[in-house]
Amino acid sequence: MIKSTTSSLAPHRELPAPTASWHDRKGLVQIGLLAVLLLAPLAAYFLGHVYYVNLASRVTLIAMAAVGLNLAIGYGGMVSFGHAAYFGLGGYVAGISAYHAFDLTPVIAWPIAIPGSDSMLAIWLAAIVVCGLLALAIGAVSLRTTGVYFIMITLAFAQMVYYFANSWPTYGGEDGLPIYLRNSLPMVDTQDPLTFFLICFGGLLLSLALTSRIMKSRFGAALTMARLNETRLATAGIAPYPIRLVAFVISAMITGLAGALYADLNGFVSPTMLSWHMSGELMVIVILGGVGRLYGPLAGAILFVMMETLLGGLTEYWKLFLGLVLLGVVLFAKHGVMGWLAGREHP
Amino acid sequence: MTLFIEQLINGLQLGTMLFLMASGLTLIFGVMGLINLAHGSFYMVGAYATALVSAATGSFLIGLAAGITAAAAVGALVELIVIRRLYHRPHLDQVLATFALILIFSEGTRWLFGSSPLWLNAPAALSGSIALPGGSRYPIYRLVIIAVGIMVAVGMYILISRTRLGMRIRAGESDREMIGALGVNIARLYTLVFAMGAALAGLAGAMVGALQSVQVGMGQPVLILAFVVIVIGGIGSIKGALYGAILVGVVDTLGRVFLPLFFRQFMTSSEAAGVGSALAAMLIYILMALILAFKPKGLFAAHD
Repeated sequence: MIKSTTSSLAPHRELPAPTASWHDRKGLVQIGLLAVLLLAPLAAYFLGHVYYVNLASRVTLIAMAAVGLNLAIGYGGMVSFGHAAYFGLGGYVAGISAYHAFDLTPVIAWPIAIPGSDSMLAIWLAAIVVCGLLALAIGAVSLRTTGVYFIMITLAFAQMVYYFANSWPTYGGEDGLPIYLRNSLPMVDTQDPLTFFLICFGGLLLSLALTSRIMKSRFGAALTMARLNETRLATAGIAPYPIRLVAFVISAMITGLAGALYADLNGFVSPTMLSWHMSGELMVIVILGGVGRLYGPLAGAILFVMMETLLGGLTEYWKLFLGLVLLGVVLFAKHGVMGWLAGREHP
Repeated sequence: MTLFIEQLINGLQLGTMLFLMASGLTLIFGVMGLINLAHGSFYMVGAYATALVSAATGSFLIGLAAGITAAAAVGALVELIVIRRLYHRPHLDQVLATFALILIFSEGTRWLFGSSPLWLNAPAALSGSIALPGGSRYPIYRLVIIAVGIMVAVGMYILISRTRLGMRIRAGESDREMIGALGVNIARLYTLVFAMGAALAGLAGAMVGALQSVQVGMGQPVLILAFVVIVIGGIGSIKGALYGAILVGVVDTLGRVFLPLFFRQFMTSSEAAGVGSALAAMLIYILMALILAFKPKGLFAAHD
């Protein structure tokens, strides 16, 4: 505690002004990453390689889920090992809603009848609300603890959701739930891979803009201080717990929305989306890209899916090499891809 | 009633195995402040080494010794190469590095031994069963597992409270820098504690491997249960690990058997099976949430 207080005792201390080239380099890298993600599937689409368009959608959605997680881990300092719960739950919202729309049965018959729907807008809203509520409940208990306890509790709650989905037979249990027809949007053909990619890309841009907007606001400043020194925040008259809880809920909502889109991309949702490997992979992506960097999750997702595709094509044991790379990054390159590409961020 | 006694013993058996896992985890956290996700890998290493060596020699006991030794050796090696770079790192780095170790161990094992499970049989001398009060019979091997767990618990208690090594471990838990300053070789102590935790996990893996199949990924469900155990018991507390393990083992086992039966009272049997098993799968996590709501540091918080 003493250490962190002394380092932040002088808030008006002159920081070395970020040089223009540093700014430019970061901006260039960010635009470059977005451009690669946008142009590659466009080119692939017009060359007729639909596979790569869907691969780009996958990168985009995983990046978006990781943007959500980054808000909790990177900006809020809440090391959640259970974000697969929201990712998968978002997926199940899409799957269950489509299942009932297909069957013409209500999702909930009592006390109020909620019909199934194959409209993406309704599904997105539902995914955001449901994931937000789950995160509110999980966060309310988990945020009473800190450190290792928090890591393990978020993991345990995610496992709880996982086992529930695994053993609840109505929606396929461990076999998962297929979405026979991709859910629809008014006036747009979501079946078209490029259109669907652009929807996902829009989602990613929105979540990046939202995160950036949040972190520039007073709320973002409070969240940063809750991570750096919560006593100081409390002394300023702001209780850290509600700040963290709200950030945790927003983080889960972003990840949940990504999950709903991800289920639509695959036409399938199963407990795998809820498993702790998924949580781990999302964390890996955040770390690979660079913790607490706005575009880190995007860089991490591109790297992760590229490794998966390239190494996975060479050997079925590609996760062995993923493990080695990850170990190397954690031990020797703490600032991730963004730190390497765009220089270190000022705290 | 017979069913209840049988399941209670099953729960105790799961509990003692969880204790073997959880005591290592909690010791490693208590002494070194390290969160180790790769603990399940030592469980797997122990089971594989036991299966391979007992298949080669025909003796379960030699296999068991080999399994424990292999797990301890792998643990010590991992500590020397990777883990000791992580002690001063934030928990996030520890989680990721040990997650990477899981990937390396799981895929490496799959590479070496393939995806199909190995078979490991309990020794013939223990394959019989004995009569329980109420008339049903219970396999001796499962009772032996409980006995081994109790022996380890007693051994740990004596080790920690009565020996010089235990004194150092306790000192390491309360003040790391000070015991270093007093001339204890702290690096060696850490390696030793880590290898000991790995050996206990290896023992658990070997014992359970004879009940279930020995395969890649076998350590992960147990690892997560062990996390629940140490969170309930209080991280760093061996006593907490013991009580937590028994509690989780018994509640989980009884829940899986009796919740579906309970729901059958007022539901159709297929619905009851669905609701009951879904709820049973969540039961220990609900238990954990309840305990943490009242005691955020667990039942026997050792230290902050």
